[in-house]
Amino acid sequence: MKKVIIGMGTCGMSAGAQQVYDRMQEILSENPGTFALSRTGCIGMCYREPLLEVREGDRRTIYGQVTPETAAGIFDSHVVKGKVFDGNVVYSLDGKGGDGGTEADFLRQQKRIVLRNCGTIDPESIDEYEAAGGYRALEKALRGMTPEKIVEEVKASGLRGRGGAGFPTGLKWSFAASYKADRKYVVCNADEGDPGAFMDRSVLESDPHAVLEGMIICGKAIGSDFGYIYCRAEYPMAIRRLNIAIEAARGKGYLGKDILGTGFNFDIKIKQGAGAFVCGEETALFASIEGQRGMPRIRPPFPAEKGLWQKPTNNNNVETYANVPWIISNGAAAFAAFGTEKSRGTKVFALAGKVVHGGLAEVPMGTTIHDLVFNIGGGIKAGRKFKAVQMGGPSGGCIPVELDNTPVDFESIPATGAIMGSGGMVVLDDTACMVEMARFFLDFTQSESCGKCTFCRIGTLRMLEILARIVGGEGESGDIEKLQELGRQIKEASLCGLGQTAPNPVLSTIRFYRNEYEAHIAEKRCPSSACSALVDFKINPEKCTGCTICAKNCPVNAISGKPKQTHVIDNSVCVKCGKCITSCNFDAVYKS
Amino acid sequence: MITTAGREENFNYRLWRYDGAPGELIPLLQSAQDHFGYVPRKAINYIAGVTGVPESEVYGVITFYSQFRLQPMGKYVIRACDGTACHVSGSRMIIDTIEDELGIEVGGTTEDGIFTLNTVACIGCCSLAPVIMINDETHGQLTPASVRKLLRELRRREKAAGQKAAAG
Ligand SMILES: Cc1cc2nc3c(=O)[nH]c(=O)nc-3n(C[C@H](O)[C@H](O)[C@H](O)COP(=O)(O)O)c2cc1C
Ligand code: FES
Repeated sequence: MKKVIIGMGTCGMSAGAQQVYDRMQEILSENPGTFALSRTGCIGMCYREPLLEVREGDRRTIYGQVTPETAAGIFDSHVVKGKVFDGNVVYSLDGKGGDGGTEADFLRQQKRIVLRNCGTIDPESIDEYEAAGGYRALEKALRGMTPEKIVEEVKASGLRGRGGAGFPTGLKWSFAASYKADRKYVVCNADEGDPGAFMDRSVLESDPHAVLEGMIICGKAIGSDFGYIYCRAEYPMAIRRLNIAIEAARGKGYLGKDILGTGFNFDIKIKQGAGAFVCGEETALFASIEGQRGMPRIRPPFPAEKGLWQKPTNNNNVETYANVPWIISNGAAAFAAFGTEKSRGTKVFALAGKVVHGGLAEVPMGTTIHDLVFNIGGGIKAGRKFKAVQMGGPSGGCIPVELDNTPVDFESIPATGAIMGSGGMVVLDDTACMVEMARFFLDFTQSESCGKCTFCRIGTLRMLEILARIVGGEGESGDIEKLQELGRQIKEASLCGLGQTAPNPVLSTIRFYRNEYEAHIAEKRCPSSACSALVDFKINPEKCTGCTICAKNCPVNAISGKPKQTHVIDNSVCVKCGKCITSCNFDAVYKS
Repeated sequence: MITTAGREENFNYRLWRYDGAPGELIPLLQSAQDHFGYVPRKAINYIAGVTGVPESEVYGVITFYSQFRLQPMGKYVIRACDGTACHVSGSRMIIDTIEDELGIEVGGTTEDGIFTLNTVACIGCCSLAPVIMINDETHGQLTPASVRKLLRELRRREKAAGQKAAAG
């Protein structure tokens, strides 16, 4: 029987997947037994959601941008008559190794290890996870491997932490394994606070069992019987699916007492974050699990010795754990075959911003930024010019188009002044002002600073004030040097990674776009026409209906025009408050 | 709709199950907020009592985390995304428009108790930027004009419902 599968991750839901699902359910109840209806997570093509797949054995056809109406058409044509619906087929597999569809390129160039099940299985069904080979690695690890052997295997794979710093995972596990204690903890960092990154969310929503399986294997390796998943509260669907997965795994004896009859005990509890970026830092995360304000602690002692509740603890990122079952099943060598010398395996990137194909892409380490943005990402929206990518979020930096042949790995990216980070890649076009970008990130870290150390708390505020002045058209000569000096001091004197990296977006944009800073300061000009204070406001005569609302809202009477006729802004009077833009009902006002 | 008494009962039930395990302060506050829509004074009082954590410290935890609120929220909670992807797609303009339309600032609630406006950093729908969430519904690819339309539609609906209730 044919299966109709709807992509129901957060991205699909916000594009209207529920309506498509409901329509299909209606059709199914009118035509019982004609097909089986199920759901899946995110296949990564967020830019084509909602997605609907018709599957028959190995033959798969995925339709994009489906509406309740086209869903009915797909039923009539494809499900009933077996004829591919004349609509938006984004990807298809003929079951004999051939693929097609408008977006085949997007998937063809990827190597999916972490995302192996994302968008193919029902995340709420443990049976489907098992059918896809799930929990086989756990069985192998528990029955056929000693803890030392598991650690050795992870070490040999070359896996490095995907949470940002890239610390070798096997080595980290060996530290936690080496301490003796009555209790040890396995912690999964699912806080994903970096704005513009959504890899971990997709994995948790689309393949929660893979993360659980990785954590249980880690428990065996380091000698722990309890794990916590610290998930941010902004991800309600991920939390719900994790809860379903944990229940199901307990039911099948993969979690709980005497797992698979091997005498090994392990259980997992979910802790919800409460909205604090700094809680992604592992020692702050422990404090938050313990019920305190999430403030980082001084290291050493390192978590492997004294972590959560002062017990030996191993903390890894979601994606790190999701790699583990694949490594145990397929062997370290198969994993190490992908990637570069020092960065093995693959990395998932969240492509966002001004890129045509916004979504998730998993590629071997060492793929260049150019390949990611153009071959997989489909280039820049609206045919504009590629300017830079921002990587590593508020701790990272911008990599300019001139360096777009930089391979993504843990050595090459930091060499540009950015960081790998957790995998958010925000693509910027020529309308982005780099000074304003730097201000934006610093504003974020400044408000998220926990306030424990002075340099981070006050230093970032001073930097922010300077940046606000520059974008406001009141920059002074010497500001750039002040920013660099403050940045250097904050990096050196801060306690945790938040402060140590907060100046990065500023320093990296000064390094590559000093001329933009200078134009703002010396010429009071924003070269990208983005900073309100430094641009002219104009009205597009084609959109303006002469409704007079902008003129009524203008606090300084800078707008003139008769009713029903195009209005004009007098920029010598205008104070750049932006009221005209926000009040216009026709999006007719723009900056230039 | 849950009555206030019902809410209190549920809340007590949740506390009643509190097993004295350490580290439960945040989940307790979360359950209080779930039931009341915010963390009321008496909940702070009560939680401090059962956990033995001083009230001042409970308060410190509440104000540290952005999720917790000490004031009631509106019927529609708007979470406007100001994450990186939305920011480069003009989210600031969207937020300004909402502030202007509702006459409140970020963090505020309209006088009639209908709308609360908050910002968040990334909802995870970056490919639909700029994005806002109204309660659990996501709205993407917004412009100043379309967000104004959306809010006015909700206002109209509220007004109609209010009149109907008054007439009936
Ligand atoms: C301010 C700050 C925020 C962080 N946020 C996250 C996060 O959201 N997710 C994450 O996995 N790691 C985050 N980290 C890194 C963690 O401290 C830790 O290094 C990581 O979870 C280790 O996992 P890994 O070895 O698998 O990479 C953050 C670090 C800092 C300093
Ligand atoms: S930045 Fe707004 S949804 Fe991600």
